[in-house]
Amino acid sequence: MSTASITIGHASSERPPLVETLHQWVTTVDHKRLGVLYILYALIFLVFGGIEATIMRIQLIRPHNDFVSPEVFNRMFTMHGTTMIFFAAMPIVFGFANYLVPLMVGARDMAFPRLNAFSFWLSAFGGFLLYFSFLGGDGLYGAGNAPDVGWFAYAPLTSQTFSLGHSTDFWILAVFVSGLGSMGTAINIVATVLCMRCPGMTLGKMPLLAWLNLVMGGLVILSMSPLTAAQLMLLIDRYLGGHFFDAQAGGSAVLWMHFFWIFGHPEVYVLAIPAFAFASEIIPVFSRKAIFGYPVMVAATLAIGFISMSVWAHHMFTVGMTAAGNTFFVLSTMAIAVPTGIKIFNWLATMWGGKIQFRTPMLFCVAFLFQFLIAGLTGIMLSAAPFDWQLSGSYFVVAHFHYVIVGGILFTVFGAFYYWFPKMSGRMYNEALGKLHFWLFAIGFHLTFDFMHIPGLLGMPRRIYTYEPGRGWDIWNLIVTIGVFFQAAGTLVFLGNLLWSKWRGVAAGSDPWDAWTLEWSTASPPPAYNFAVLPEVRSRRPLWDLKHPEDPDWHYE
Amino acid sequence: MSAFSIPVPEHQPQWNLPARGPVAMYCLIAAEAAIFTIFVVAYIFYVGKSATGPQPATVLHAPIFLTVCLLSSSLTIHIAVRSLRKGNVGRFAWWWCGTVVLGGIFLAGTAREWRHLIYQDGLTIQTNLFGTTYYSLVGLHAFHVVMGLGALTLVLAFAIHGDVRPEHSERTEVLSMYWHFVDAVWVVVFTVVYIIGR
Amino acid sequence: MRIIKNTVPIFYTAAAAWANPASQPLSPTNIFAPASTPADNISALSFLVLAVTGAIFLTVLCLLSYAIVRFREKPTSGLGEPAQVYGSTQVELAWTVIPVLVIVVLFLATVRVIASIQNATPPPGAVEVSVIGHQYWWEYHYAHSNVVTANELHVPVSNPAHPTPTFLTLLSADTDHSFWVPRLAGKTDLIPNHPNSTWIDPHETGLYLGQCAQYCGVEHAKMLLRVYVQTRDQFDHWLAQQSRPAVASDAVDAGRRTFESIACVNCHTIRGTAAVGKFGPDLTHLMSRDTIGAGAALNTPANLRRWIQNPNALKPGCLMPAMGLSDSQLDAVTAYMETLR
Repeated sequence: MSTASITIGHASSERPPLVETLHQWVTTVDHKRLGVLYILYALIFLVFGGIEATIMRIQLIRPHNDFVSPEVFNRMFTMHGTTMIFFAAMPIVFGFANYLVPLMVGARDMAFPRLNAFSFWLSAFGGFLLYFSFLGGDGLYGAGNAPDVGWFAYAPLTSQTFSLGHSTDFWILAVFVSGLGSMGTAINIVATVLCMRCPGMTLGKMPLLAWLNLVMGGLVILSMSPLTAAQLMLLIDRYLGGHFFDAQAGGSAVLWMHFFWIFGHPEVYVLAIPAFAFASEIIPVFSRKAIFGYPVMVAATLAIGFISMSVWAHHMFTVGMTAAGNTFFVLSTMAIAVPTGIKIFNWLATMWGGKIQFRTPMLFCVAFLFQFLIAGLTGIMLSAAPFDWQLSGSYFVVAHFHYVIVGGILFTVFGAFYYWFPKMSGRMYNEALGKLHFWLFAIGFHLTFDFMHIPGLLGMPRRIYTYEPGRGWDIWNLIVTIGVFFQAAGTLVFLGNLLWSKWRGVAAGSDPWDAWTLEWSTASPPPAYNFAVLPEVRSRRPLWDLKHPEDPDWHYE
Repeated sequence: MSAFSIPVPEHQPQWNLPARGPVAMYCLIAAEAAIFTIFVVAYIFYVGKSATGPQPATVLHAPIFLTVCLLSSSLTIHIAVRSLRKGNVGRFAWWWCGTVVLGGIFLAGTAREWRHLIYQDGLTIQTNLFGTTYYSLVGLHAFHVVMGLGALTLVLAFAIHGDVRPEHSERTEVLSMYWHFVDAVWVVVFTVVYIIGR
Repeated sequence: MRIIKNTVPIFYTAAAAWANPASQPLSPTNIFAPASTPADNISALSFLVLAVTGAIFLTVLCLLSYAIVRFREKPTSGLGEPAQVYGSTQVELAWTVIPVLVIVVLFLATVRVIASIQNATPPPGAVEVSVIGHQYWWEYHYAHSNVVTANELHVPVSNPAHPTPTFLTLLSADTDHSFWVPRLAGKTDLIPNHPNSTWIDPHETGLYLGQCAQYCGVEHAKMLLRVYVQTRDQFDHWLAQQSRPAVASDAVDAGRRTFESIACVNCHTIRGTAAVGKFGPDLTHLMSRDTIGAGAALNTPANLRRWIQNPNALKPGCLMPAMGLSDSQLDAVTAYMETLR
């Protein structure tokens, strides 16, 4: 090592006029600003999706309720699913990836900054297009022209025969356009991780977040395209008189299902793998220990990514595949449980023997471990095809996947917000409000999604705007709806905390958590160029090596 | 607000990572391959299932000449890029131009084939499953040829204007990777549609 | 497997008794109250899966709880970082091998049940019914008979010693549907141009409820299922009754003529009359059904009249239009319908 060193300072400047600030934000190609744009965009759509869910839950609070008409309800569940997957969860994942990946691999920006901006604005346009559908028809009161075919838009319900007007087209085009944006971002992430790492950072020395986002990018590239292809086919059917999914002409509704789920299943891993990445960065820091079993964590993630492309028809166990077909997908789905379980054990082992600090990010990650475990176990139940023949299409499945996406993914996303908020804003959030958010949201989450399993076991199908009394479902639906209000309260506390802390929070400094990856070596928020001089690393935790020169990681790796 | 001090090494060690252009192009090719795979699967799934209307065996005639043109264009683009890498911009321009011409012949021939199918044989995208899957798959490929030709023509214009220099050889190589992919897809489409499907 | 099968009824009865002293069932659509072999097999498998996953859950929960209590930072923890442990080959091998073994066991158990349900063939004496799903009602054609009815399926009870199961061929006239009667079998979808097959062999007589389980359009929620399991004699009697043409009564002549002159006949069949429409439910023996509109309302004269007047009042979005009948026409047609026993 040399003796020269550079201290990175934070340049202060006068605030420019508002118009110029807006212009900078709209034309930015800086990965950090695009990351923030993605995240803010996702938060807005998270709130919209939450409102749609609340409307549904109020309608279902008791049997034969008439809070909304069946048409409105059907539009609500379609918009809720489409919004949450494509315009809340994916942008959040891309936002954090955009912000963190270049910083963590010691680069100045993503590989293709202008492609980055273009991809963001494409995806954003997709969201606006989808919500534009509310105008038209009866307008907002009747939920307008919003699509009502369910977020997986099964054929032939989506054909011109059964979906008159343009509501389905809004679904197709909005998702298609944002899918192109997603592919651009995924290409960017892969190119950044493979081509822009700082000197010394071999693939085996990257932070796990970089590895997991690399796998996520690969999955998007391979899995988004089948959906794009299927949507092109659907457009051809609807507007050019094609027969891909036209039963009258010999077309196959099952073909759509295959194509959709070939996208749909890897998609949930696209969302889950970055959630794993957040947990893999937060849990070690707050346990004060290195991640346990880094090589196996990488291998398990690669295995998950690979196997996830072969499990899709477990969404189709009820469509009448042969016994052999069903058996194959049972096997592949059960197989994917093994690397996933390994990851849970590794996180647990990271905490074992540590010195655990229960700050807000860690609270969310510990809850994630508990909840993702349950989600995985209900997944194993669903993987047993005969059991799935009862549970599929029921509220049990709805409870399962919300357990994964809310209890697993959203919880780690909240953890990531609190963990990296100091880096992104330069301020500390309010810890008491953070804990309040956690407890409110956790109580609400469990009220809603624990008890939601029961109506499924008692025979309640999904996507119904009302139900018969006397089926034993009433009390559970009531409890499920009550939980929604706790979650809403928690979310409001969260948003309030973010806003208040952004302007009034205590200055955070560059490394408030005493962490070990490269993003904590630069100012908070980082300057536009990230690092004055590109760092050179010798281990997976470069800052640990600097803070513990007597016991650096590269002795052991 | 100061941050951590990072030591600056005195000598920069050898640190070679792949170039981002080719990596991004490989990713794009993977994504496009996935899209084509879905259309090919649909085509194969529906082979023989059209109850009415023209059938492949009666109306399809393998476009050998067009295939030769398209595959030769892979050769010409390869020679062009190699010439540029060696510094010969003139040779590059000629072979690049040849690629564009061959691609154009392919497109023109496809258009002719389609005109015959539509007006003489009565096969449209609406006619039956064969029509739907045939025009979608071959059309998707033709669309990619059009996109490719657009990019190639732009570079040809730059070359004629004298703006292409040997240091651009990596960029032309990235473009040529796309073109090779388009040709590889044609090999698959040709096999599936004109050989297996008939 | 047999031990689990034998203890299931005990658990269920105990739970039910605990839940309600009058011993009302928890739910008429409880998947853990199986009454037919496919549902039995699924229930047994599910108890195995629940036991295994429950054990895993408790183990990991204990470890997690222990970790967050034992290893939390305390004021007495002192300065300095804990020992950095980067991995352990033995431990990692153990928690790879054990899950693989668990998966193998679950997989083998699952394959057995898949085979037992999907590879079953109809024995002699089985009843065969074609089920055609419509937006938003169910059409039933009984094989080897001219019986066509709607929404309420009658099947004979099956004696395990001499089984008389009912095999259902599942078809669709429009979008995707799914036939789900939880106490009798898992669900199977009805997909246009893609015939499916399922079977039930109910062990006890009674009424079993269910509903469509694949989103099929606006009134998916009101596409209810009622399966009446009867003794063999009762079933044979019902089938014979259903195969007769419609009752013809002069008293309701006005109603019948109204029915035949307004567009009703375009959609509905009444066997033995001029009405041969196929788009809507067969009405030949409408009054033998307990509900109308696939469970949208009970089959009372008042409801029937309200339905004919404006179906969308009872089931908004259903595909039967209001025919704009006058009061006297409504009375006449309703009276006619009331004779179709």
